[in-house]
Amino acid sequence: MLTIKNLQAKVEEKDILKGLDLEIKPGEIHAIMGPNGAGKSTLGNVLSGREGYEVTGGDVSFDGKDILDMDTEERAREGLFLAFQYPVEIPGVSNLEFLKASVDSVREHRGEEPMDSVTFLKLAREKCKAVNLDQNFLKRGVNEGFSGGEKKRNEIMQMMLLEPKLCILDETDSGLDIDALQVVAEGVNSQRDPNRSFIVVTHYQRLLDYIVPDYVHVLADGKIVKSGGKELALELEEKGYGWLENGGQ
Amino acid sequence: MGAINFNEQAIAFADAAEKANFLSGLQQTGLAQFKTLPFPTRKTEDWKYTSLFALTKQDYNQAVQSADVAGLNGLYDVEGLGANRIVFVNGVYQAQASNLDAQAGVLVETFLNASADLQADIAKQVGTIAETGRNLFTALNNAQVNDGVFIKLEKNVQLEKPIQIVHVTTAQQKSATAFARCFIELGQHANATVIEQFVSTDETQNVLLNQTTEASVGDGAKLNHYRLNSEHESSLHFGGVYVDLNRDSQFESYQVLLGGQIKRLDVLVNHNVGGSHCEMKGVYLPKHDQHVDIHTYIEHKAAHCTTNEVYRGIMADQSKAVFNGRIHILPDAQKTLAELSNKNLLLSDKAQINTKPELEIYADDVRCAHGATVAQLNETAKFYLRSRGISAQEADIMLSFGFINELLESIPLDALRTKMRPLMAEQFSSNRELTKHLLDSDVSEVAASGETA
Repeated sequence: MLTIKNLQAKVEEKDILKGLDLEIKPGEIHAIMGPNGAGKSTLGNVLSGREGYEVTGGDVSFDGKDILDMDTEERAREGLFLAFQYPVEIPGVSNLEFLKASVDSVREHRGEEPMDSVTFLKLAREKCKAVNLDQNFLKRGVNEGFSGGEKKRNEIMQMMLLEPKLCILDETDSGLDIDALQVVAEGVNSQRDPNRSFIVVTHYQRLLDYIVPDYVHVLADGKIVKSGGKELALELEEKGYGWLENGGQ
Repeated sequence: MGAINFNEQAIAFADAAEKANFLSGLQQTGLAQFKTLPFPTRKTEDWKYTSLFALTKQDYNQAVQSADVAGLNGLYDVEGLGANRIVFVNGVYQAQASNLDAQAGVLVETFLNASADLQADIAKQVGTIAETGRNLFTALNNAQVNDGVFIKLEKNVQLEKPIQIVHVTTAQQKSATAFARCFIELGQHANATVIEQFVSTDETQNVLLNQTTEASVGDGAKLNHYRLNSEHESSLHFGGVYVDLNRDSQFESYQVLLGGQIKRLDVLVNHNVGGSHCEMKGVYLPKHDQHVDIHTYIEHKAAHCTTNEVYRGIMADQSKAVFNGRIHILPDAQKTLAELSNKNLLLSDKAQINTKPELEIYADDVRCAHGATVAQLNETAKFYLRSRGISAQEADIMLSFGFINELLESIPLDALRTKMRPLMAEQFSSNRELTKHLLDSDVSEVAASGETA
């Protein structure tokens, strides 16, 4: 599904990723944990092709395709989805218009017929319900005036509508209370599929009680410094990241 | 060809033009005032960023020719608006294109069709609110005043249908000016919606439209006012809106100015007595080589009045815009609440905006705020849209549209909002593929209404 080899990237002349390797197979959930400033969010931005994040070395192959030369929108259409840590508010454009534009562009890329408005509305309402968002959110501006939890649920709803192959959840748990966290996690778990993979980027182990990963990786100073099963997250929670930075002994 | 002396030509034109006799008093004082006003240059503060060079290259001081007026209604029809409509083509009233339903306590009449008694009344009122001291073109409008619309609501009358006043211009062989006028008087606790719409045929115009509107809003009355300019980009427009607010009255105004060769709008609102509220929202969207200039003057002369003024502009290509918003709070205007916001987006390196919010305060117990911003499209928002598969081009259009639509969403008339949407979207791209998601009527309608259940 995704193969990252020796990925190096810099932001504003500062090297952030310094040779990152990661292999993700279909259906797997990988958690990436690490201290602040390790490069966790940079990884999501680099994989999504955000401007200002310059890849200086390495390869990324997604579903057999080299994606580093693709524009952000092409990667999204290929099935890569980034759930934002801080979803952006876009007043004046309704959530519904935005979602329709998004779904249409992805479907068109897949060679599918555009969805008619009635079918789309029905689907959008269904997904709203699935993440426990009031349907009024569909007609409001994109994320406009949404609470932190509502924004994150809106991200998960978008994921459900776009049916991506790979979802990157960038600190989706940040700022969520336990109820919101559970709703988000349920949304994610409902999307688990043998053909869909997840990268769950988080600072805390808490989220991983609800979204149980197959693998846990620790990112420090731009590299994966340790990998293991889900028990690694608990160990980290207990010992802190300092434990690894001091050699993991 | 040498430079034309605009003022001299305008005086000769005013002397020669055939005009309504019953307004001769205003015509004469207007002309006298005009003669004292110099032609604005870049050194004239109110015209600092708007060059009137175009008026010295071609002689606009000539009468507009009449036109074949059949089949123009597609230019101004607003589906579902259900308005009383008054249509002028090149400044001439078109009875067959107009329709007016009678309503008790409501008087809507054109100046020239009015009875002698009413004309006497019109002559007493027109020109009493418009200030000519700082506006050459309003003085000229007085000097040339001929036909126009007179609207009067008796006290406590709620206008049932909006009044839509349409000004159409058609292409002229020779450069020419059309004049138009409107006077609105709302009695105590009356309520009216008046839409002033400016459109043209889709061809190079060679026309300058000089239009002045005056409104007197009675105690506790409310005027909902719209001013929608969507003429051909070659047109010239000089507009003035002058409003007197009486006790506890309200003026709510939406102005949409798409570009033109030169488009200038002056709005003056006087809080005269106390407790009145002014709510003004405006957008301007010049592109290509267009030039838009908006000057607003809010005069707080009495206590407990409020003003909320919000203007947004998007400048594309080599276009230029000027926004000058002045709020003047006089010594008696205690407890004033006034806010002025002006936000701008520049879509190209060559586009320009000159914005100047001004607060001048002479009272000590007031709360006022003003701000102006100039920015480019938000890169994070653009990345967000693209990360959902939306193309960079469509993302730009959505963000521009959203920036403007945020203001227009609050227009209370559904029919007008629906009419404006495609006009706005087309401003950002003529490619229907790129605007279809903003204009998907099923989705937009649901988004605009409450029907999501």
